[in-house]
Amino acid sequence: MTNLIARETATNSSQGAPLTSAKPLWLLAELSYACPLQCPYCSNPLNYPKARANELSTEQWFEVFAQARALGAVQLGLSGGEPLVRQDLEQLIGEARRLGYYTNLITSTLGANPERLSRLKDAGLDHIQISYQGSDEVINDRYAGTRSFKHKIMMTKAAKQLQLPMVMNFVLHRGNIHQLNDMLNMALELGADYVELANIQYYGWGLKNRDLLMPSREQLITAEQSCNEFRQRHAGKMDVLFVIPDYFEDRPKPCCNGWGTTFMTITPDGKALPCHAAGEIKGLEIPDVRARNLEWIWQQSSIFNAFRGDQWMQEPCRSCPEKETDFGGCRCQAFQLTGDASNTDPVCDKSPQRGLIDEAIKTSQQPKLAAQELIFRNPGSAKKLLLEN
Amino acid sequence: MMAAQMNNPIETKQVVRLNKKYRFQWEPTQECYVLLYPEGMIQLNQAAGEILQRCQNSLSIQEIISDLKKAFPDADTLADDVLEFLAEASAAGWVELD
Repeated sequence: MTNLIARETATNSSQGAPLTSAKPLWLLAELSYACPLQCPYCSNPLNYPKARANELSTEQWFEVFAQARALGAVQLGLSGGEPLVRQDLEQLIGEARRLGYYTNLITSTLGANPERLSRLKDAGLDHIQISYQGSDEVINDRYAGTRSFKHKIMMTKAAKQLQLPMVMNFVLHRGNIHQLNDMLNMALELGADYVELANIQYYGWGLKNRDLLMPSREQLITAEQSCNEFRQRHAGKMDVLFVIPDYFEDRPKPCCNGWGTTFMTITPDGKALPCHAAGEIKGLEIPDVRARNLEWIWQQSSIFNAFRGDQWMQEPCRSCPEKETDFGGCRCQAFQLTGDASNTDPVCDKSPQRGLIDEAIKTSQQPKLAAQELIFRNPGSAKKLLLEN
Repeated sequence: MMAAQMNNPIETKQVVRLNKKYRFQWEPTQECYVLLYPEGMIQLNQAAGEILQRCQNSLSIQEIISDLKKAFPDADTLADDVLEFLAEASAAGWVELD
């Protein structure tokens, strides 16, 4: 029993009074960082390969699921990397269903064929979200870094045939945003229940490749117009979610619905985080599910409490009338760009450091960058980046 | 929230079915019923929960109203409330009416 994650023990039982009445309704289980794709916009950490040797076992995930469910978690995201690399995925889904979760598989589809998808559905999978890197083979496979388009189409059709709720997620950036119309038409033809047009954000590999992937404001305006025209033409047929990258807004996104209020992420090697990028914030102690139970982690750990409420806020957030709307934006982004996770997210035009964002936009539009190459996400690149830093 | 279109008035003989895209269940920690769908959740107040609970067995609206009347005999405007709720639920895509 030594490998099981921490349950109630004598040392943990002196919990202290609960510090929050909020519940972690959404559990994101990053089952593995291994992935057959090499997307240069991936938000996983640059040093992701080191987690491979220490992945949680099936039983340990069962325990994580049970503990989170007891805290109120009901939406379970199965993600990574590529969750299909886990050969025990059917068992994990089965256990999640038994516990009463609504399960979402967030996947490239590589690692499964229609027969496996049928087994996953029988095991209790509620919904599959399929990533697309383009609307044709050339663009898709260029940015996936791996031949995958044909397989995704085949699996999308298989999901429809199985009557499995299916969402198509097109990841947008400078290199493929021109395909927006084709993407939407494709999704309509394939019968997607929803479409997400997800403009990339800048964490992990996405931050590394930011200069080469950031779209221009003109591209975004055109894209948004196309999206609105599509919605008008096909009203009521298929919901389309289009999120503008926050760099091009003047207010930040309400990151993770407020730190430590709704989401809990568990990394492949058992670290518990308030959001999947929070591991990059220096100076925060990251709890391990093998050492602490989830109730303690949610209620008492320093990382989950670090940015709850508003006492941690600096100006201008502290006095801002909008602080309860967006919570000052993204802590990870504030840390990455300004060095202090308690700063205003520099995306906000009230931030004294908004210039950092404007500068990044300007830099990304320089023609000389065309000579640079994207760094694709794979263990070789990860090793090289580690040696460089 | 209601769709801006001329809906035919609902008739109580119509059968109600929960849209397959949604899962309906009781959530113990929230002490309410919820509707679950891809990456999302709708919390239901008590009335909505009681009505939708009865939408899982292909009953007609009249049968649902009768069943609710047995459970809540003191609810005065029950039939009207049920019709109003189901009209909204249908417009939102939560239920299908035959």
